[in-house]
Amino acid sequence: MSIYSKKVINHFQNPHNCGKIKNPDGIGKVGNIVCGDVMYLYIKIGKNKKKEEIIKNIKFETFGCVAAISTSSVVTDLVMGKTLDEAMKLEKNNVINSLEGLPPIKIHCSILAIDALSEAIYDYLSKNKRLIPEELAKKHERIDKERHSVEEKHKDWVEKEEKMFNK
Amino acid sequence: MDYAATTPVDKRVLKAMLPFFSEKFGNTMSLHSFGQEAKEALEESRVVVAGLMNALPEEIIFTASATESNNLSMKGAAFANKNKGNHIIISAIEHHCVLESAEWLGKQGFEITKLKVDKYGLIDLTELEKEIKKETILVSIMHANNEIGTVEPIEEIGKICHEKGVLFHTDAAQSLGKIPIDVKKMNIDLLTGSSQKMYGPKGAACLFIRKGVKIEPMLHGGGHEFGLRPSTINLPAIVGFAKACNICRKEMIYEGARISKLRNELIGGVLKNIPDALLNGHPEKRLPNNANFWFKFVEGESLVFQLDFSCIAASTGSACSSAQLTASHVLLALGLKPEQAHGSLRLTLGRWTKEKDVKYVLKVLPEIIKKLREISPFKK
Repeated sequence: MSIYSKKVINHFQNPHNCGKIKNPDGIGKVGNIVCGDVMYLYIKIGKNKKKEEIIKNIKFETFGCVAAISTSSVVTDLVMGKTLDEAMKLEKNNVINSLEGLPPIKIHCSILAIDALSEAIYDYLSKNKRLIPEELAKKHERIDKERHSVEEKHKDWVEKEEKMFNK
Repeated sequence: MDYAATTPVDKRVLKAMLPFFSEKFGNTMSLHSFGQEAKEALEESRVVVAGLMNALPEEIIFTASATESNNLSMKGAAFANKNKGNHIIISAIEHHCVLESAEWLGKQGFEITKLKVDKYGLIDLTELEKEIKKETILVSIMHANNEIGTVEPIEEIGKICHEKGVLFHTDAAQSLGKIPIDVKKMNIDLLTGSSQKMYGPKGAACLFIRKGVKIEPMLHGGGHEFGLRPSTINLPAIVGFAKACNICRKEMIYEGARISKLRNELIGGVLKNIPDALLNGHPEKRLPNNANFWFKFVEGESLVFQLDFSCIAASTGSACSSAQLTASHVLLALGLKPEQAHGSLRLTLGRWTKEKDVKYVLKVLPEIIKKLREISPFKK
């Protein structure tokens, strides 16, 4: 018996697309170590036959609980090879359903994984001076705001932790 | 490796309990022989439990859980002494049932002071002395902490309290049966003990109340347990608790030495074989069966699940594993930052832990930490 579904446990034990991409086209960094979950998502952009932009490769690195690691893994599966438009439409229910459910208290982890993806796409678009869809811009604003409020709250820790982890 | 969460019932305990379900099932309050047979077993149990802590039998009352004993002791002593004063002192690392009882008493008009602890989890005796004022009626400091195993200087705390005329309660749920307790020598007025942490059944616990110490009952009813805890006596559980106490009394010294040797092997092995690992709690003043680590760059819930896949039961103070999503108040009180608490792992040994179990953990744990660190963005 476990509080997690079999699917969650499978992803946790054998996470897909875990690691770093060298010279990624976009990076999404979300979460805060003070809260216990940090995700880095790397994407490489390519084109399909219709010349639409797609996520050619995607990898993740996650510090966090079972749910955080498995949602990271399943998000990479769900958007690999998809167009950017499709990827931006990914919702928390897609993530939860493909994992055959998450405990209610862990649902925020599924949002965190989607936030990481949005941030990676945002990073790619803004680096290339491209038009940012309104919804994506709004999302970025919200994530940024949340990050600042957490950093403000734990100012002294954040500095120390950056020193500690990036030495 | 999670004996601090709860323990299995010792077979000898179970054997002692069995007759009290269907054969000796009487109500201790009945006058007929069934009742008197039960009453006799209850009083014999009281003698045995009292013996483990050098108390008198009439100083022991039975309850259903350590949480209940802690609640009764805190609230009962507070209300019985409310004419003397309204100030209560506890430590920052108490079990939730003491913290929450104190918080509730705070809402009823009592003033609560929470003593800080040092990086090992020890309270400062000078600070305690300073905080006691003329309104102080009760000090409640746990004997040994459930997460980090730190053992507080109970005897000295009791001495200070008695010099100042203040009641002293200690939550000994984790320590009773593991390390020697002498309520007389240690100047204790009220002490909570738990059956299910020492190979007895769940549903039994005790509260030692020194002769002459008055507490108000929380339940009112038929006069059981000297009127302090009415409820039909749960005799099978209490007989089991007493048997568990008897076994601990005989085996504690030998067992403590055996377990602390294994535990030291575990701590030594982990710190030697796993990079970026630290020990939480005091290096020496800790329960013989407790080890608590901090592993950098990994999160505790993930760690507990990975260990579970390898058939090792452990626990963590990480926020992700708690219902409130907050990191352990004990680890934070030591001055650990939340991310350190997230990476904490508690391993607690017990009566059936063998050397091969420790060896197995030392084989499996480094691999698991390595695997999780590979997924982590903070790896070096």
